[in-house]
Amino acid sequence: MSEMALNGIRICDFCWAWAGTSGTELLAFLGAEVIKVESWQRMDGVRMRVTGGGRSPDPHRNPTFNALNLNKLAITVDIRQPRGVELIKQIVKVSDVVTDNFAGGVLQRLGLGYEALREVRPDIIVLSMPGFGAPGPWQKYHGYAPTFEDLSGVADMSGYPDGKPSRTGLGGFTDFINGMQAAFSILAALNYRRQTGEGQFIDLSQLESTCCLIGEAYVGYDMNGRSPTRRGNRDGFMAPHNCYPCQGEDKWVSIAIATEEEWNAFCEAMGRPEWTKDEKFRDAPSRSANQEELDRLVGEWTRGHTHYEVMEMLQRVGVAAMPSFDVAELTADPHLNERDCLVMVEHPEAGENTFVAPPWKLSETPARITRHAPMVGQHNEYVFCELLGMPEEEFAVLVGEQVIY
Amino acid sequence: MVREQGAKPGGAAKKALGGVRVLEWAQFVSGPYCTKLMADLGAEVIKIEPPGVGDEARGRGPFPDDVPMPERSALFLYLNTNKLGVTLNVEAAEGREVFRNLVKQVDILVEDNPPRLVRELGLTYDELKRINPNLVMTSITPFGQTGPYRDYNAYYLNTFHGGGFGYVTPSDPHNPQVLEREPIMMGGLIAEYYCGVMAGIATQAALYARGAIGRGQFIDMSKQEAVLQALKVNVPQYLLEGLILRRVPTTLTPISWGGILPCKDGYVNMMGAEVHQVQAVFDLMGSPEWSTDERYSPEQFHLHSLEIRPHVIEWVAERCREEIFHEGQRRRAPISAVLSVGEAMNSEQMQARDFFVDLDHPEAGKLKYPFAPWRLSETPASLDSAAPLLGEHNTRVYRDLLGYTESELAKMKETGAI
Repeated sequence: MSEMALNGIRICDFCWAWAGTSGTELLAFLGAEVIKVESWQRMDGVRMRVTGGGRSPDPHRNPTFNALNLNKLAITVDIRQPRGVELIKQIVKVSDVVTDNFAGGVLQRLGLGYEALREVRPDIIVLSMPGFGAPGPWQKYHGYAPTFEDLSGVADMSGYPDGKPSRTGLGGFTDFINGMQAAFSILAALNYRRQTGEGQFIDLSQLESTCCLIGEAYVGYDMNGRSPTRRGNRDGFMAPHNCYPCQGEDKWVSIAIATEEEWNAFCEAMGRPEWTKDEKFRDAPSRSANQEELDRLVGEWTRGHTHYEVMEMLQRVGVAAMPSFDVAELTADPHLNERDCLVMVEHPEAGENTFVAPPWKLSETPARITRHAPMVGQHNEYVFCELLGMPEEEFAVLVGEQVIY
Repeated sequence: MVREQGAKPGGAAKKALGGVRVLEWAQFVSGPYCTKLMADLGAEVIKIEPPGVGDEARGRGPFPDDVPMPERSALFLYLNTNKLGVTLNVEAAEGREVFRNLVKQVDILVEDNPPRLVRELGLTYDELKRINPNLVMTSITPFGQTGPYRDYNAYYLNTFHGGGFGYVTPSDPHNPQVLEREPIMMGGLIAEYYCGVMAGIATQAALYARGAIGRGQFIDMSKQEAVLQALKVNVPQYLLEGLILRRVPTTLTPISWGGILPCKDGYVNMMGAEVHQVQAVFDLMGSPEWSTDERYSPEQFHLHSLEIRPHVIEWVAERCREEIFHEGQRRRAPISAVLSVGEAMNSEQMQARDFFVDLDHPEAGKLKYPFAPWRLSETPASLDSAAPLLGEHNTRVYRDLLGYTESELAKMKETGAI
C-alpha cells in the first residue's frame, strides 16, 4: 500500500460526541495516528447511546460510535488523577496535535491547557472547539448541533415558505461542518509548522463556523437590513427549481433549469414542446412568476415515472435532475458503488458493517479506512508500552491502580 | 483572549499559508469557498473569471436594493475576499497558453469544470503535471471524475438532494403531513459550502504530503460524496437496523419532548438529551407537579417524550424567547433561541467576539463580513482586501508575474483571451 498524506502525524484526541470526533476521523482517513483518550468512568457518551433514547449495554457494538471513530486508536486514562495528567503529557510529548471539544476550559483546570502542553512540546498545535469559543458572553453555554443552526440564523431561513423555522433530520449536520473546519485549520497549522517549526493554539467556535456557511446572508443583511426568508426549494432566478413527485411512496426527483437551452430540452423530453411557446413560460422571469402553475404541470408528468427514469430521461438531454435519495437508495446506488463509496469493515465484536468511505480520491496518497473503530482502551499497551516505552511492570501497576483505566 | 483580527494594513502579521500560491478556475460557491479558506490564511489566490460576465456568483444576490450589479453581489463579495482577480478565456487557444503559464507558477489548482471540457481543452492533471510536477490539483464536480453520473448536470438543488440531505428536510417528528409535501433544501447554499471545506481539507493534506513524497497529486472531489459524509452515521444504522430516516422520524429520539416551538415573540428550540439536562428543563419550568411523576424519571423520560411535550408547548407559549434561552442555559439545558440572520448578527455573543468585520470595496462600499471560522494564535486569519473587480489584477498577474508585455496584453484583450 502506498503511504497516506498524514502518515507520521500523531493526534492526542480528547474530542467526544460528534463534532470534533468526525473532524479527527477525517484526519485519520488521511493517515494521521489519532489516539482517542477516554476512561471507563467517562467514555465517549456516543458508545452508550441508542437510537430512540436509553442506554446501550455494549460500548463496542454501537454503529454510531463505530462510524465516527474509524481508523482511530483508543486508550483509557483517568485524567482526574495527577498521574493520569502526567501520562497525557508524555503522550503529548510525542504528538503533533491535541484536540478537544470541552466547554469552559476543562483541560486548563486539569493542568493540560495550551501553555502547559507547550512546555512539554514547544511546537504543539492545540485545537479547542467549544460550542461558542472562548471568551464570550455565551462561553459557558451548552449546545448540540441544532443549537448552532438556531443561533446562526440557518434554522430561521430553512423551511417551507408557509411554514416555521426548520431543521434537517441529519442530527449532526453542523457537527460535521465544525469537524471539517477543525480538520482544515489543523492542516493549515501543520503546513505552517513545516515552514517555520512553530505550533499554535486554535480557537474554533462552533457557532461561528456554522455562520460561515451562510456568509452571503449577513453581508446581504448589512446591505438591505432584511433577513432572508424561508423558500423551500425555490431559487430567486431558476424555475423550474423544485422536487417533483414520482412513482412509489414518498419518491421525489429534483429538477433545476437555468438556461433557455435546458428549458427547451426539458420540454422536448417531456413531450410538451408547446410549453416553450407559452407566454407564461417564455423566459426565466416569466417561469419564476408562474412557477406554482409550472410546478403543478411538471409534477403531473413526473408522477408517471420513477425518479430514476426522470433522471435518465432528462440527463440524457443535459437537464439537471437527480432523485432526492434516501439512505437505502444511496447505499444501493450504482454510481456510488462503482466509486467504492461504501466499505465493509470487520470489527471483532460488532462483526461486519458497511461504512461510508473517505470522501476524496487522492491519486498519490489515497485516503482509506485502515481499521475498525477502537474498543475501549484497546490500544493501551501499544501506546504506553510500545510508544512511550513504559516497562511492563509499571504498566501493570498503573492499570491496577486505575490510572490507566 | 479575543485575538486581533480584521483588516491589518501593511500585512506584517505571520500567515499560515504565506508563500503558497493558488490558481482558482472555478465559479459559484464550492471552489471559491475552498480557496477563500486559504486566501484568508495568507495564500495568494489568483482567481480566473470568464471575460465579460465573470463568475456566475456575480449574477446572484443579495444585491443592494435588489438591483443586480456584478460588482455588488453579496455572495461574490463574501466568497472572494483576499483574492487577485484576472479575466481569462481558457477555452480559446491563446487563453489556454496563458493558463498553462499560470499553472507553472502555482502550488495548487482548484477547478470545478465538467470533466469532459477539461479533457477537450487538454488541461487534465496528467497533462498539467508534465509542466508542474509539484502541482496539487483539486477537481470539484457534482459526481466525481468516474462512474455513470460523472458527466451529469447538477445545480445546488440537485447536489443537496442527490447527496441525501433533502430527503430528511424539513424534519418534523410531530407533523406527519410533511410526508405529503416535497422534501426541501435548507436555506442558503449549504451543501456547496460543505463541499468547499471538504475539498480544502484534501488540498491542504496533499500540500503537506508534498513535503514527504516530493511531488503533487490529483484530488477527485465529488460534491455528492462530500454531502454523503453527513450520512456516515445513517448508512450503518440503515444496514444494521433497517432504519430509513425520513422527514418524520419513525422512532422517538431523546429530544422528541421538545424541538422548535413557538413562544410569545418567536421560536425557541427546546433540547436536552441527557438526564441532567431534562431535569434542568423541569427546573426551568418551576418543577411543576406533573414532572415528579415516576414515568419522567431519569431512566424513563425518553419513553414518555410525547406525554411531556404538551406541557412544554404550553409553558413555552406564554414566555419570551430571550428569557427561555438564557434562563435555560443558566441551568445547563442546551436550549436555544431561533434567531433571524439579522438578530444573529447583532447578538451579544457576535458583537463581543467581533465576529463581523468591516471591509471597504470600491463599488459596494463598506460592508460587514463574517470573519473566519477559526482563530489561530500565531497566524490569525485576516480580511485584508475585498473581492476583486472583474479583471482588476490582469496587469499585476500577466505583466508582473508572467512577464507579458503591454503590447502582448493589448493584443490578447483585442482577441478576447483576457
